[in-house]
Amino acid sequence: MEIALHHYLTVAAILFTLGVFGIFLNRKNVIIILMSVELMLLAVNINFVTFSSFLGDLVGQIFALMVLTVAAGEAAIGLAIVVVYFRNRGSIAVEDINMMKG
Amino acid sequence: MISAAFFYLFSAVVVASGFMVISARNPVHAVLFLILAFFNSAGLFVLLGAEFLAMILVIVYVGAVAVLFLFVVMMLDVDFAELRAGFIRYLPVAATIGIVLLMELIVVLGGWAISPELKKTVASPFTQGTSELTNTQAIGNVLYTKYVYFFEVAGLILLTAMVGAIILTLKHKEGVKRQNVAKQTARRPDTAVEIKQVKPGTGL
Repeated sequence: MEIALHHYLTVAAILFTLGVFGIFLNRKNVIIILMSVELMLLAVNINFVTFSSFLGDLVGQIFALMVLTVAAGEAAIGLAIVVVYFRNRGSIAVEDINMMKG
Repeated sequence: MISAAFFYLFSAVVVASGFMVISARNPVHAVLFLILAFFNSAGLFVLLGAEFLAMILVIVYVGAVAVLFLFVVMMLDVDFAELRAGFIRYLPVAATIGIVLLMELIVVLGGWAISPELKKTVASPFTQGTSELTNTQAIGNVLYTKYVYFFEVAGLILLTAMVGAIILTLKHKEGVKRQNVAKQTARRPDTAVEIKQVKPGTGL
C-alpha cells in the first residue's frame, strides 16, 4: 500500500499529543518538560517536511530549518536557566520557581 | 512496498520512544529515548526525500541538544523520584486532554488532501527524484538566494543563544587569581623598579 500524506500527519499528531501529555504528566520536572517541548517541535518539523514533500515546495524544509535553529537555542538557554536556578535554590521543582512573584 | 514497511517501522519506534521519554523513571533513560526518537524521525525525513534535514536533525539534535540534556541531567544532583510525585494524580486529566487533542488532530489532519490549485502557489517548486539536483543542492539554491535573510537571522539567534547561555552559567569564583590585562599594561617603570644607592661594604 502507498504511504499517503495523512499517514505522516497522524504520526506527527501522535507525537505532538505525547508532548502535551508529557507536560501535564511531569508538572514538577523542568528537564522532562523541556524534552516534551522538543518532542512537540519535532512533530511540527515532521508536518513541515511532509507538506513540503507532498506539495513539491522547498520552503517547508527551509522553515523546518528555522524551527530547528530556534529549538536548539531554546534548549541551550532553557538548560542554562535550569543550571543557574539549581545553583541558587538546590532544586528544579517547578512550583519552587516563584522568586519573581509573577 | 519496502518504503511502507520502513515507514511503519520508523513511525512505530518514534511513537514508542516518544512515550518512553515522558514516562521513563530515570531521566537519563528519557534522554536516550529522545535520541532514539530523533534518529527514527530522521529516518522518516529520508523517506520523505529530505535528506539534508535528516542529517541536520541527527547532527544538531543527537550531537548537540541531546548531549546537552544528558550533561545537565548528570550534573544536577536532583532527587528525580521526588519530582515524580503526583504522576498518578495528574494522569486522568492529562489522559483526557491528550485523547481529546489527539482525536481533534486526527480528525482534522486525517482527511487532508492537497488541492490541485495549491500547486500554482508554490514558492520554490521542486520535483522529487526527477531533478538532477540533490536535496542539499536544491535547499542551498534557495536558502542562499531567496531566503538569505532568514539564514542570517538563524545565525543571529544561535549567536544570541550562545552568548546568553555562557553569560548565565559563567561563574567568577572569589579568591581565584586572574590575569588583569589592563593592570599589566598600565604598569610603568617608576612603580615597578626602584633604584637604591648601596654603599660598598654595607648591606641594604
